[in-house]
Amino acid sequence: MTIPALRIAIVGSGPAGLYAAGHLLDNRDHSVEVDFFERLPTPWGLVRTGVAPDHDDKKKITDRLFDFTLRDPRVQFFGNVTVGKDVQVVELTQWYHAVIFAHGAGDHNAIGIPGEDLEGVWGARDFVQFYNAHPDQADLRFDLSHPRAIIVGNGNVALDIARILTADIAVLEKTDIAQPALDALRASKIREVVIMGRRDLEFAAFNNPELEEFGHLDGVDISASGAIEPPVSESDPVLAWRARRRYEIMERLTSRPRLTSNRQIVFQFLATPVGLRGAGRVEGLDYVRNRVMRTGSTITYERSSTVETLDAGLVLSACGYRGAALKGLPFEEAAGIVPNKGGRVIDADADLPGTYVTGWIKRGCRGIIGSNRRCAHETVSSLIADQEAGLLQPATMTGKQVRALLTTRNKRIVQFCNWRSIDRSERQAGQALGRPRVKLAQTDALLEAAFAPQRQASAIKPGEVGW
Amino acid sequence: MTYVIAAPCVADYSCVEICPVAAISPGPEDPEFERVEQLFIHPDVCIDCGACLDVCPVSAIFQEGSLPAKWQHYAAINRQYFEVIAL
Ligand SMILES: Cc1cc2nc3c(=O)[nH]c(=O)nc-3n(C[C@H](O)[C@H](O)[C@H](O)COP(=O)(O)OP(=O)(O)OC[C@H]3O[C@@H](n4cnc5c(N)ncnc54)[C@H](O)[C@@H]3O)c2cc1C
Ligand code: SF4
Repeated sequence: MTIPALRIAIVGSGPAGLYAAGHLLDNRDHSVEVDFFERLPTPWGLVRTGVAPDHDDKKKITDRLFDFTLRDPRVQFFGNVTVGKDVQVVELTQWYHAVIFAHGAGDHNAIGIPGEDLEGVWGARDFVQFYNAHPDQADLRFDLSHPRAIIVGNGNVALDIARILTADIAVLEKTDIAQPALDALRASKIREVVIMGRRDLEFAAFNNPELEEFGHLDGVDISASGAIEPPVSESDPVLAWRARRRYEIMERLTSRPRLTSNRQIVFQFLATPVGLRGAGRVEGLDYVRNRVMRTGSTITYERSSTVETLDAGLVLSACGYRGAALKGLPFEEAAGIVPNKGGRVIDADADLPGTYVTGWIKRGCRGIIGSNRRCAHETVSSLIADQEAGLLQPATMTGKQVRALLTTRNKRIVQFCNWRSIDRSERQAGQALGRPRVKLAQTDALLEAAFAPQRQASAIKPGEVGW
Repeated sequence: MTYVIAAPCVADYSCVEICPVAAISPGPEDPEFERVEQLFIHPDVCIDCGACLDVCPVSAIFQEGSLPAKWQHYAAINRQYFEVIAL
Protein backbone atom coordinates (compact mmCIF):
# COMPACT_ATOMS: atom_id res chain seq x y z
CA MET A 1 0.00 0.00 0.00
CA THR A 2 1.32 3.42 -0.81
CA ILE A 3 0.35 6.62 0.90
CA PRO A 4 0.89 9.30 -1.72
CA ALA A 5 0.32 12.42 0.36
CA LEU A 6 2.63 13.91 2.94
CA ARG A 7 0.73 12.96 6.09
CA ILE A 8 1.26 15.20 9.10
CA ALA A 9 -0.09 14.96 12.65
CA ILE A 10 -0.50 18.19 14.61
CA VAL A 11 -0.86 17.95 18.38
CA GLY A 12 -3.00 20.82 19.69
CA SER A 13 -5.45 22.98 17.76
CA GLY A 14 -4.56 26.42 19.07
CA PRO A 15 -3.28 29.28 16.89
CA ALA A 16 0.15 27.70 16.37
CA GLY A 17 -1.26 24.35 15.23
CA LEU A 18 -3.79 26.01 12.96
CA TYR A 19 -1.28 28.38 11.42
CA ALA A 20 1.03 25.40 10.82
CA ALA A 21 -1.77 23.50 9.09
CA GLY A 22 -2.58 26.56 7.00
CA HIS A 23 1.02 26.84 5.81
CA LEU A 24 1.17 23.11 5.02
CA LEU A 25 -2.05 23.22 3.00
CA ASP A 26 -0.84 26.30 1.11
CA ASN A 27 2.22 24.42 -0.09
CA ARG A 28 1.90 23.84 -3.84
CA ASP A 29 4.72 21.34 -4.28
CA HIS A 30 3.41 18.63 -1.99
CA SER A 31 0.01 17.14 -1.54
CA VAL A 32 -0.51 17.26 2.19
CA GLU A 33 -2.96 15.74 4.67
CA VAL A 34 -3.21 16.96 8.25
CA ASP A 35 -4.73 15.20 11.26
CA PHE A 36 -5.25 17.25 14.43
CA PHE A 37 -5.06 15.59 17.84
CA GLU A 38 -6.72 17.75 20.47
CA ARG A 39 -7.17 16.99 24.14
CA LEU A 40 -10.42 18.96 24.45
CA PRO A 41 -13.65 18.30 22.56
CA THR A 42 -13.24 21.84 21.16
CA PRO A 43 -10.64 23.45 18.89
CA TRP A 44 -8.97 26.93 18.99
CA GLY A 45 -6.76 26.53 22.10
CA LEU A 46 -6.35 29.74 24.07
CA VAL A 47 -8.49 31.71 21.64
CA ARG A 48 -11.39 29.86 23.24
CA THR A 49 -9.94 29.22 26.71
CA GLY A 50 -7.57 32.16 27.27
CA VAL A 51 -8.59 35.30 25.37
CA ALA A 52 -10.96 37.27 27.61
CA PRO A 53 -14.71 37.05 26.99
CA ASP A 54 -14.93 40.81 26.43
CA HIS A 55 -12.35 40.54 23.61
CA ASP A 56 -14.95 39.32 21.18
CA ASP A 57 -13.32 41.11 18.25
CA LYS A 58 -10.14 39.03 18.60
CA LYS A 59 -12.07 35.78 18.76
CA LYS A 60 -13.36 36.54 15.27
CA ILE A 61 -10.15 34.98 14.03
CA THR A 62 -11.71 31.56 14.50
CA ASP A 63 -14.60 32.27 12.12
CA ARG A 64 -12.66 34.41 9.71
CA LEU A 65 -9.53 32.29 9.43
CA PHE A 66 -9.04 29.12 11.49
CA ASP A 67 -12.39 27.61 10.58
CA PHE A 68 -11.40 27.53 6.90
CA THR A 69 -8.34 25.48 7.79
CA LEU A 70 -10.17 23.05 10.04
CA ARG A 71 -12.93 22.36 7.54
CA ASP A 72 -10.55 21.82 4.61
CA PRO A 73 -11.21 18.33 3.16
CA ARG A 74 -7.53 17.45 3.61
CA VAL A 75 -7.84 17.98 7.38
CA GLN A 76 -9.21 15.62 10.03
CA PHE A 77 -9.96 16.76 13.58
CA PHE A 78 -9.67 14.24 16.40
CA GLY A 79 -10.89 16.05 19.50
CA ASN A 80 -11.15 14.53 22.98
CA VAL A 81 -7.91 12.64 22.30
CA THR A 82 -4.98 13.33 24.62
CA VAL A 83 -1.53 12.67 23.25
CA GLY A 84 0.56 10.94 25.91
CA LYS A 85 -2.53 9.16 27.22
CA ASP A 86 -4.90 7.99 24.49
CA VAL A 87 -2.21 8.02 21.81
CA GLN A 88 1.52 7.87 22.42
CA VAL A 89 4.12 10.17 20.90
CA VAL A 90 6.02 7.21 19.46
CA GLU A 91 2.87 5.95 17.74
CA LEU A 92 2.32 9.27 16.03
CA THR A 93 5.89 9.41 14.78
CA GLN A 94 5.40 5.96 13.23
CA TRP A 95 1.99 6.60 11.74
CA TYR A 96 2.90 9.90 10.07
CA HIS A 97 5.65 11.36 7.93
CA ALA A 98 6.04 13.99 10.61
CA VAL A 99 4.44 15.26 13.81
CA ILE A 100 4.18 18.94 14.77
CA PHE A 101 3.75 19.49 18.49
CA ALA A 102 1.73 22.62 19.25
CA HIS A 103 0.31 21.75 22.66
CA GLY A 104 0.91 25.15 24.25
CA ALA A 105 1.25 25.84 27.95
CA GLY A 106 0.09 23.11 30.30
CA ASP A 107 1.19 24.84 33.48
CA HIS A 108 1.80 28.18 35.19
CA ASN A 109 4.45 29.74 37.41
CA ALA A 110 3.76 29.96 41.13
CA ILE A 111 4.57 33.17 43.03
CA GLY A 112 7.13 31.21 45.02
CA ILE A 113 6.28 32.46 48.53
CA PRO A 114 5.14 30.72 51.71
CA GLY A 115 1.38 30.22 52.04
CA GLU A 116 0.53 29.53 48.42
CA ASP A 117 -1.30 26.38 49.46
CA LEU A 118 -3.86 28.41 51.44
CA GLU A 119 -7.43 28.29 50.26
CA GLY A 120 -8.25 31.32 48.17
CA VAL A 121 -4.85 31.41 46.46
CA TRP A 122 -5.04 30.38 42.82
CA GLY A 123 -3.12 30.45 39.60
CA ALA A 124 -4.40 33.10 37.20
CA ARG A 125 -4.63 30.26 34.70
CA ASP A 126 -7.25 28.52 36.89
CA PHE A 127 -9.35 31.65 37.07
CA VAL A 128 -9.05 32.29 33.33
CA GLN A 129 -10.08 28.72 32.59
CA PHE A 130 -13.02 29.10 34.98
CA TYR A 131 -14.41 32.21 33.29
CA ASN A 132 -13.73 30.78 29.84
CA ALA A 133 -15.47 27.44 30.49
CA HIS A 134 -12.39 25.22 30.16
CA PRO A 135 -13.43 21.66 31.10
CA ASP A 136 -10.49 21.35 33.54
CA GLN A 137 -11.91 24.09 35.78
CA ALA A 138 -15.62 23.81 35.06
CA ASP A 139 -16.34 22.81 38.65
CA LEU A 140 -14.12 25.29 40.47
CA ARG A 141 -15.81 27.67 42.83
CA PHE A 142 -14.17 30.96 43.70
CA ASP A 143 -14.93 32.85 46.87
CA LEU A 144 -15.49 36.47 45.87
CA SER A 145 -16.92 37.54 49.23
CA HIS A 146 -13.96 39.63 50.44
CA PRO A 147 -13.81 43.27 49.29
CA ARG A 148 -10.25 42.96 47.99
CA ALA A 149 -8.55 40.68 45.47
CA ILE A 150 -4.83 40.83 44.67
CA ILE A 151 -3.29 39.79 41.38
CA VAL A 152 0.45 39.17 41.56
CA GLY A 153 2.15 40.01 38.27
CA ASN A 154 1.23 42.74 35.81
CA GLY A 155 1.16 41.20 32.36
CA ASN A 156 -1.81 41.19 29.97
CA VAL A 157 -3.39 38.25 31.78
CA ALA A 158 -3.40 40.23 35.04
CA LEU A 159 -5.16 43.09 33.26
CA ASP A 160 -7.70 40.72 31.69
CA ILE A 161 -8.57 39.34 35.12
CA ALA A 162 -8.79 42.78 36.75
CA ARG A 163 -11.21 43.82 34.01
CA ILE A 164 -13.38 40.75 34.43
CA LEU A 165 -13.45 41.16 38.23
CA THR A 166 -14.58 44.79 38.03
CA ALA A 167 -16.62 44.95 34.82
CA ASP A 168 -20.27 45.86 34.78
CA ILE A 169 -22.33 42.65 34.86
CA ALA A 170 -24.54 44.04 32.11
CA VAL A 171 -21.47 44.12 29.84
CA LEU A 172 -20.32 40.61 30.77
CA GLU A 173 -23.83 39.26 30.24
CA LYS A 174 -23.45 40.04 26.55
CA THR A 175 -20.24 38.02 26.21
CA ASP A 176 -19.51 34.30 26.06
CA ILE A 177 -18.27 34.21 29.68
CA ALA A 178 -18.96 30.89 31.44
CA GLN A 179 -22.29 30.81 33.25
CA PRO A 180 -20.90 29.81 36.70
CA ALA A 181 -18.41 32.69 36.45
CA LEU A 182 -21.17 35.10 35.55
CA ASP A 183 -23.21 33.92 38.54
CA ALA A 184 -20.23 34.22 40.87
CA LEU A 185 -19.42 37.72 39.59
CA ARG A 186 -23.00 38.83 39.95
CA ALA A 187 -22.80 37.98 43.67
CA SER A 188 -19.24 39.29 44.02
CA LYS A 189 -18.39 41.59 46.95
CA ILE A 190 -15.06 42.61 45.47
CA ARG A 191 -14.63 46.40 45.56
CA GLU A 192 -10.92 46.65 44.90
CA VAL A 193 -8.51 44.73 42.70
CA VAL A 194 -4.80 45.30 43.33
CA ILE A 195 -2.36 44.51 40.52
CA MET A 196 1.03 44.06 42.13
CA GLY A 197 4.31 44.05 40.21
CA ARG A 198 7.96 44.12 41.16
CA ARG A 199 9.00 46.74 38.66
CA ASP A 200 7.75 50.23 37.85
CA LEU A 201 5.35 51.39 35.18
CA GLU A 202 8.02 51.79 32.54
CA PHE A 203 8.86 48.09 32.65
CA ALA A 204 5.48 46.62 33.51
CA ALA A 205 4.66 43.61 31.37
CA PHE A 206 1.30 44.63 29.88
CA ASN A 207 0.69 46.11 26.43
CA ASN A 208 -0.66 49.63 25.93
CA PRO A 209 -3.92 48.68 24.17
CA GLU A 210 -4.78 46.50 27.17
CA LEU A 211 -4.08 49.32 29.62
CA GLU A 212 -6.15 51.70 27.54
CA GLU A 213 -9.15 49.43 27.87
CA PHE A 214 -9.37 50.26 31.57
CA GLY A 215 -10.63 53.63 30.38
CA HIS A 216 -13.71 51.95 28.90
CA LEU A 217 -14.78 50.31 32.18
CA ASP A 218 -17.86 51.99 33.60
CA GLY A 219 -17.94 52.64 37.34
CA VAL A 220 -14.27 51.78 37.89
CA ASP A 221 -11.57 54.14 39.17
CA ILE A 222 -7.92 53.52 38.39
CA SER A 223 -5.12 54.49 40.73
CA ALA A 224 -1.44 53.70 40.89
CA SER A 225 1.11 53.68 43.67
CA GLY A 226 4.82 53.11 43.68
CA ALA A 227 7.06 55.20 41.46
CA ILE A 228 5.19 56.33 38.37
CA GLU A 229 7.86 58.54 36.96
CA PRO A 230 7.98 59.66 33.38
CA PRO A 231 10.11 57.17 31.52
CA VAL A 232 13.81 57.85 31.40
CA SER A 233 14.90 58.48 27.82
CA GLU A 234 15.65 55.06 26.41
CA SER A 235 18.27 54.51 23.79
CA ASP A 236 15.80 52.33 21.92
CA PRO A 237 13.34 54.71 20.21
CA VAL A 238 10.51 52.18 19.84
CA LEU A 239 10.64 51.17 23.50
CA ALA A 240 10.92 54.82 24.55
CA TRP A 241 7.86 55.69 22.48
CA ARG A 242 5.92 52.82 23.94
CA ALA A 243 6.92 53.75 27.50
CA ARG A 244 5.88 57.35 26.89
CA ARG A 245 2.50 56.25 25.60
CA ARG A 246 2.05 53.98 28.60
CA TYR A 247 2.84 56.83 30.95
CA GLU A 248 0.35 59.13 29.18
CA ILE A 249 -2.41 56.53 29.32
CA MET A 250 -1.77 55.98 33.02
CA GLU A 251 -1.84 59.72 33.68
CA ARG A 252 -5.14 60.00 31.86
CA LEU A 253 -6.66 57.04 33.70
CA THR A 254 -5.56 58.08 37.16
CA SER A 255 -6.45 61.76 36.90
CA ARG A 256 -10.13 61.19 36.21
CA PRO A 257 -12.57 62.31 38.92
CA ARG A 258 -13.27 59.56 41.45
CA LEU A 259 -16.41 58.31 43.07
CA THR A 260 -16.39 56.39 46.34
CA SER A 261 -19.21 54.27 45.00
CA ASN A 262 -16.96 53.05 42.17
CA ARG A 263 -14.99 49.84 42.17
CA GLN A 264 -11.23 50.36 42.24
CA ILE A 265 -8.33 48.95 40.27
CA VAL A 266 -5.08 49.79 42.05
CA PHE A 267 -1.71 49.32 40.38
CA GLN A 268 0.88 48.65 43.03
CA PHE A 269 4.20 49.07 41.27
CA LEU A 270 7.58 48.33 42.84
CA ALA A 271 6.25 45.81 45.32
CA THR A 272 7.40 42.22 45.86
CA PRO A 273 5.19 39.72 47.67
CA VAL A 274 6.99 37.83 50.43
CA GLY A 275 4.29 35.71 52.06
CA LEU A 276 0.62 34.92 52.45
CA ARG A 277 -1.23 35.06 55.75
CA GLY A 278 -4.23 33.15 56.94
CA ALA A 279 -5.42 30.14 58.91
CA GLY A 280 -6.46 27.63 56.28
CA ARG A 281 -7.88 30.42 54.12
CA VAL A 282 -5.91 33.40 52.83
CA GLU A 283 -6.47 36.62 54.74
CA GLY A 284 -3.70 38.84 53.50
CA LEU A 285 -0.50 39.23 51.53
CA ASP A 286 2.81 40.46 52.93
CA TYR A 287 5.01 42.46 50.61
CA VAL A 288 8.00 44.79 50.57
CA ARG A 289 8.49 47.87 48.46
CA ASN A 290 11.35 48.19 45.99
CA ARG A 291 13.46 51.17 45.14
CA VAL A 292 14.69 51.69 41.59
CA MET A 293 18.45 52.09 41.37
CA ARG A 294 19.79 53.38 38.10
CA THR A 295 23.47 53.23 37.33
CA GLY A 296 23.97 54.30 33.75
CA SER A 297 21.70 52.09 31.70
CA THR A 298 21.44 49.26 34.23
CA ILE A 299 18.46 49.17 36.53
CA THR A 300 18.28 47.21 39.73
CA TYR A 301 15.60 47.04 42.40
CA GLU A 302 16.50 47.38 46.03
CA ARG A 303 14.09 45.76 48.45
CA SER A 304 13.10 47.61 51.59
CA SER A 305 13.21 45.61 54.82
CA THR A 306 9.81 46.83 56.00
CA VAL A 307 7.09 44.27 55.46
CA GLU A 308 3.63 45.66 54.79
CA THR A 309 0.37 43.72 54.64
CA LEU A 310 -2.71 43.99 52.45
CA ASP A 311 -5.89 42.17 53.45
CA ALA A 312 -7.41 40.06 50.72
CA GLY A 313 -9.71 37.09 50.27
CA LEU A 314 -8.53 36.12 46.80
CA VAL A 315 -4.94 36.07 45.56
CA LEU A 316 -4.16 35.13 41.97
CA SER A 317 -0.68 34.34 40.73
CA ALA A 318 -0.31 35.85 37.26
CA CYS A 319 3.41 35.17 37.01
CA GLY A 320 3.20 33.59 33.60
CA TYR A 321 1.96 30.50 31.81
CA ARG A 322 4.47 27.72 31.37
CA GLY A 323 4.93 24.70 29.13
CA ALA A 324 4.62 21.23 30.67
CA ALA A 325 6.53 18.06 29.80
CA LEU A 326 4.85 15.57 27.48
CA LYS A 327 5.75 11.90 27.86
CA GLY A 328 8.02 10.77 25.04
CA LEU A 329 9.14 14.25 24.03
CA PRO A 330 12.30 16.07 25.21
CA PHE A 331 11.65 18.98 27.57
CA GLU A 332 13.81 21.86 28.74
CA GLU A 333 12.70 22.31 32.31
CA ALA A 334 14.24 25.74 32.94
CA ALA A 335 12.63 27.42 29.95
CA GLY A 336 9.51 25.25 29.90
CA ILE A 337 9.91 24.49 26.21
CA VAL A 338 10.67 21.59 23.89
CA PRO A 339 14.31 22.06 22.81
CA ASN A 340 14.45 22.81 19.09
CA LYS A 341 16.35 24.40 16.25
CA GLY A 342 14.11 26.34 13.92
CA GLY A 343 11.21 24.11 14.99
CA ARG A 344 13.10 20.79 14.62
CA VAL A 345 12.96 19.00 17.96
CA ILE A 346 16.45 18.18 19.21
CA ASP A 347 17.65 16.03 22.03
CA ALA A 348 20.97 15.99 23.89
CA ASP A 349 22.05 12.71 22.38
CA ALA A 350 19.87 12.06 19.36
CA ASP A 351 18.26 13.86 16.50
CA LEU A 352 14.57 13.22 16.27
CA PRO A 353 13.78 13.40 12.56
CA GLY A 354 10.14 13.91 11.76
CA THR A 355 9.44 15.66 15.07
CA TYR A 356 8.70 19.38 15.08
CA VAL A 357 7.35 21.98 17.46
CA THR A 358 5.63 25.36 17.19
CA GLY A 359 3.84 27.99 19.29
CA TRP A 360 4.23 28.59 23.01
CA ILE A 361 5.76 25.18 23.63
CA LYS A 362 8.50 26.11 21.13
CA ARG A 363 9.21 29.74 22.06
CA GLY A 364 7.95 30.04 25.62
CA CYS A 365 4.71 31.72 26.64
CA ARG A 366 4.98 35.09 24.98
CA GLY A 367 3.69 36.94 21.97
CA ILE A 368 0.24 37.59 20.63
CA ILE A 369 -1.81 35.40 18.32
CA GLY A 370 -0.04 36.49 15.12
CA SER A 371 3.41 35.79 16.61
CA ASN A 372 2.51 32.14 16.26
CA ARG A 373 2.03 32.57 12.53
CA ARG A 374 5.64 33.46 11.87
CA CYS A 375 6.68 30.76 14.32
CA ALA A 376 4.58 28.12 12.52
CA HIS A 377 5.93 29.27 9.16
CA GLU A 378 9.48 28.64 10.31
CA THR A 379 8.60 25.17 11.58
CA VAL A 380 6.75 24.19 8.41
CA SER A 381 9.66 25.44 6.28
CA SER A 382 12.02 23.17 8.23
CA LEU A 383 9.64 20.24 7.77
CA ILE A 384 9.25 20.76 4.03
CA ALA A 385 13.03 21.12 3.63
CA ASP A 386 13.53 17.82 5.49
CA GLN A 387 10.97 16.09 3.30
CA GLU A 388 12.72 17.37 0.19
CA ALA A 389 16.05 16.17 1.56
CA GLY A 390 14.55 12.70 2.00
CA LEU A 391 14.84 12.76 5.80
CA LEU A 392 11.25 11.84 6.62
CA GLN A 393 10.11 8.23 7.02
CA PRO A 394 6.96 7.52 5.03
CA ALA A 395 3.68 7.38 6.90
CA THR A 396 2.46 3.88 7.75
CA MET A 397 -1.25 4.60 7.99
CA THR A 398 -3.87 6.36 5.91
CA GLY A 399 -6.20 8.90 7.46
CA LYS A 400 -9.01 6.38 7.39
CA GLN A 401 -6.91 3.75 9.16
CA VAL A 402 -5.92 6.16 11.93
CA ARG A 403 -9.55 7.11 12.42
CA ALA A 404 -10.61 3.48 12.57
CA LEU A 405 -7.87 2.62 15.04
CA LEU A 406 -8.73 5.53 17.34
CA THR A 407 -12.35 4.43 17.37
CA THR A 408 -11.38 0.95 18.54
CA ARG A 409 -9.75 2.55 21.56
CA ASN A 410 -13.24 3.09 22.76
CA LYS A 411 -13.13 6.86 22.78
CA ARG A 412 -15.77 9.31 21.77
CA ILE A 413 -13.71 11.04 19.17
CA VAL A 414 -14.94 14.50 18.38
CA GLN A 415 -14.55 14.95 14.65
CA PHE A 416 -15.18 18.17 12.78
CA CYS A 417 -18.89 17.44 12.26
CA ASN A 418 -19.24 16.75 15.98
CA TRP A 419 -17.51 20.01 16.84
CA ARG A 420 -19.97 21.71 14.48
CA SER A 421 -22.81 20.29 16.57
CA ILE A 422 -21.27 21.71 19.74
CA ASP A 423 -20.71 25.03 18.05
CA ARG A 424 -24.24 25.18 16.73
CA SER A 425 -25.86 24.33 20.04
CA GLU A 426 -23.72 26.90 21.91
CA ARG A 427 -24.58 29.62 19.42
CA GLN A 428 -28.26 28.74 19.46
CA ALA A 429 -28.32 28.92 23.25
CA GLY A 430 -26.67 32.33 23.03
CA GLN A 431 -29.04 33.71 20.42
CA ALA A 432 -32.03 33.84 22.74
CA LEU A 433 -29.98 35.81 25.28
CA GLY A 434 -28.24 38.20 22.89
CA ARG A 435 -24.90 36.54 23.60
CA PRO A 436 -22.43 35.24 20.99
CA ARG A 437 -22.76 31.78 22.55
CA VAL A 438 -23.38 30.05 25.84
CA LYS A 439 -20.35 27.84 26.31
CA LEU A 440 -20.61 24.30 27.53
CA ALA A 441 -17.90 23.59 30.07
CA GLN A 442 -18.32 20.06 31.36
CA THR A 443 -16.78 17.40 29.14
CA ASP A 444 -19.97 15.34 29.44
CA ALA A 445 -22.13 18.21 28.26
CA LEU A 446 -19.75 18.91 25.38
CA LEU A 447 -19.80 15.28 24.30
CA GLU A 448 -23.55 15.13 24.57
CA ALA A 449 -23.86 18.12 22.26
CA ALA A 450 -21.21 16.67 19.97
CA PHE A 451 -23.13 13.45 19.42
CA ALA A 452 -26.69 14.76 19.62
CA PRO A 453 -28.76 13.29 16.82
CA GLN A 454 -28.79 15.61 13.83
CA ARG A 455 -31.94 16.79 12.17
CA GLN A 456 -32.52 14.32 9.39
CA ALA A 457 -32.41 15.07 5.72
CA SER A 458 -36.03 13.84 5.66
CA ALA A 459 -36.97 17.39 6.66
CA ILE A 460 -36.42 18.15 3.01
CA LYS A 461 -39.58 17.63 1.00
CA PRO A 462 -39.32 15.74 -2.27
CA GLY A 463 -38.47 18.12 -5.08
CA GLU A 464 -36.72 20.61 -2.75
CA VAL A 465 -33.03 21.20 -3.03
CA GLY A 466 -31.23 20.27 0.17
CA TRP A 467 -27.91 21.90 1.02
CA MET B 1 -7.52 59.62 3.80
CA THR B 2 -5.69 56.50 4.84
CA TYR B 3 -6.44 53.19 6.50
CA VAL B 4 -5.58 52.72 10.16
CA ILE B 5 -4.95 49.63 12.33
CA ALA B 6 -6.65 49.85 15.74
CA ALA B 7 -6.57 48.04 19.08
CA PRO B 8 -7.93 44.58 18.14
CA CYS B 9 -4.82 43.82 16.01
CA VAL B 10 -3.24 40.45 16.87
CA ALA B 11 -0.32 40.83 14.40
CA ASP B 12 -1.60 38.24 11.94
CA TYR B 13 0.20 39.74 9.00
CA SER B 14 -2.21 38.86 6.19
CA CYS B 15 -2.51 42.62 5.60
CA VAL B 16 1.25 42.98 5.16
CA GLU B 17 1.18 40.26 2.51
CA ILE B 18 -1.70 41.72 0.55
CA CYS B 19 -0.79 45.42 0.64
CA PRO B 20 0.28 46.37 -2.91
CA VAL B 21 2.52 49.23 -1.75
CA ALA B 22 4.18 47.77 1.37
CA ALA B 23 2.54 50.35 3.61
CA ILE B 24 2.17 48.02 6.61
CA SER B 25 4.89 47.29 9.19
CA PRO B 26 6.45 45.40 10.79
CA GLY B 27 6.26 42.33 8.58
CA PRO B 28 7.45 38.91 9.79
CA GLU B 29 10.99 39.49 8.48
CA ASP B 30 11.35 42.74 10.40
CA PRO B 31 13.24 42.40 13.71
CA GLU B 32 10.60 44.65 15.30
CA PHE B 33 7.95 42.00 14.62
CA GLU B 34 8.74 39.87 17.64
CA ARG B 35 8.01 42.58 20.19
CA VAL B 36 5.25 44.69 18.63
CA GLU B 37 1.91 45.20 20.29
CA GLN B 38 0.23 45.56 16.89
CA LEU B 39 0.98 46.38 13.23
CA PHE B 40 0.78 49.88 11.73
CA ILE B 41 -0.10 51.51 8.38
CA HIS B 42 2.10 54.28 6.98
CA PRO B 43 -0.40 57.05 6.17
CA ASP B 44 1.78 58.63 3.47
CA VAL B 45 2.36 55.34 1.66
CA CYS B 46 -1.16 53.89 1.83
CA ILE B 47 -3.06 54.32 -1.46
CA ASP B 48 -6.43 53.69 0.11
CA CYS B 49 -7.21 50.52 -1.84
CA GLY B 50 -8.93 48.76 1.06
CA ALA B 51 -7.39 45.33 0.36
CA CYS B 52 -6.13 44.94 3.93
CA LEU B 53 -9.56 45.61 5.37
CA ASP B 54 -10.97 42.40 3.92
CA VAL B 55 -8.13 40.08 4.89
CA CYS B 56 -7.81 41.18 8.52
CA PRO B 57 -9.11 38.20 10.51
CA VAL B 58 -10.11 40.35 13.51
CA SER B 59 -11.47 43.41 11.66
CA ALA B 60 -8.90 45.70 13.24
CA ILE B 61 -8.53 47.92 10.14
CA PHE B 62 -10.65 51.00 9.47
CA GLN B 63 -10.67 53.84 7.02
CA GLU B 64 -9.48 56.82 9.02
CA GLY B 65 -12.87 58.55 8.76
CA SER B 66 -14.70 55.46 10.02
CA LEU B 67 -12.64 54.77 13.13
CA PRO B 68 -14.89 54.04 16.11
CA ALA B 69 -14.84 56.88 18.66
CA LYS B 70 -12.79 54.93 21.22
CA TRP B 71 -10.04 54.29 18.66
CA GLN B 72 -9.82 57.75 17.02
CA HIS B 73 -6.30 58.23 18.38
CA TYR B 74 -5.00 55.19 16.49
CA ALA B 75 -4.58 57.40 13.39
CA ALA B 76 -1.89 59.28 15.29
CA ILE B 77 -0.44 56.10 16.78
CA ASN B 78 -0.04 54.53 13.31
CA ARG B 79 1.73 57.66 12.05
CA GLN B 80 3.95 57.93 15.13
CA TYR B 81 5.28 54.41 14.70
CA PHE B 82 6.88 55.37 11.39
CA GLU B 83 8.25 58.61 12.81
CA VAL B 84 9.80 56.66 15.68
CA ILE B 85 11.41 53.90 13.61
CA ALA B 86 12.88 56.55 11.31
CA LEU B 87 14.83 57.94 14.31
C1 LIG C 1 -5.19 34.44 29.36
C2 LIG C 1 -4.64 34.74 28.00
C3 LIG C 1 -5.18 35.76 27.23
C4 LIG C 1 -4.67 36.05 25.96
N1 LIG C 1 -5.22 37.07 25.24
C5 LIG C 1 -4.72 37.37 24.02
C6 LIG C 1 -5.28 38.43 23.25
O1 LIG C 1 -6.23 39.12 23.68
N2 LIG C 1 -4.74 38.68 22.01
C7 LIG C 1 -3.70 37.95 21.52
O2 LIG C 1 -3.26 38.21 20.40
N3 LIG C 1 -3.16 36.94 22.23
C8 LIG C 1 -3.64 36.63 23.47
N4 LIG C 1 -3.07 35.61 24.19
C9 LIG C 1 -1.93 34.86 23.60
C10 LIG C 1 -2.38 33.72 22.66
O3 LIG C 1 -3.49 33.09 23.22
C11 LIG C 1 -1.21 32.74 22.45
O4 LIG C 1 -0.18 33.42 21.76
C12 LIG C 1 -1.58 31.50 21.63
O5 LIG C 1 -2.80 30.94 22.03
C13 LIG C 1 -0.50 30.42 21.70
O6 LIG C 1 -0.86 29.42 20.80
P1 LIG C 1 -0.45 27.87 20.91
O7 LIG C 1 -1.15 27.23 19.76
O8 LIG C 1 1.00 27.74 21.05
O9 LIG C 1 -1.08 27.34 22.30
P2 LIG C 1 -2.59 27.12 22.78
O10 LIG C 1 -3.47 28.19 22.27
O11 LIG C 1 -2.52 26.93 24.25
O12 LIG C 1 -3.06 25.73 22.12
C14 LIG C 1 -2.59 24.48 22.58
C15 LIG C 1 -3.65 23.40 22.33
O13 LIG C 1 -3.07 22.12 22.57
C16 LIG C 1 -3.99 21.31 23.29
N5 LIG C 1 -3.25 20.27 24.02
C17 LIG C 1 -2.48 20.45 25.13
N6 LIG C 1 -1.93 19.28 25.50
C18 LIG C 1 -2.35 18.34 24.63
C19 LIG C 1 -2.13 16.93 24.50
N7 LIG C 1 -1.35 16.28 25.36
N8 LIG C 1 -2.74 16.28 23.48
C20 LIG C 1 -3.53 16.93 22.60
N9 LIG C 1 -3.77 18.26 22.67
C21 LIG C 1 -3.18 18.96 23.68
C22 LIG C 1 -4.71 22.30 24.19
O14 LIG C 1 -5.95 21.80 24.64
C23 LIG C 1 -4.85 23.51 23.25
O15 LIG C 1 -6.04 23.43 22.50
C24 LIG C 1 -3.57 35.31 25.46
C25 LIG C 1 -3.02 34.29 26.23
C26 LIG C 1 -3.54 33.99 27.49
C27 LIG C 1 -2.93 32.92 28.30
S1 SF4 D 1 -5.56 50.28 2.14
FE1 SF4 D 1 -4.35 49.23 0.53
S2 SF4 D 1 -2.52 50.51 0.39
FE2 SF4 D 1 -3.49 51.09 2.30
S3 SF4 D 1 -2.49 49.79 3.83
FE3 SF4 D 1 -4.36 48.69 3.18
S4 SF4 D 1 -3.66 47.34 1.54
FE4 SF4 D 1 -2.01 48.87 1.82
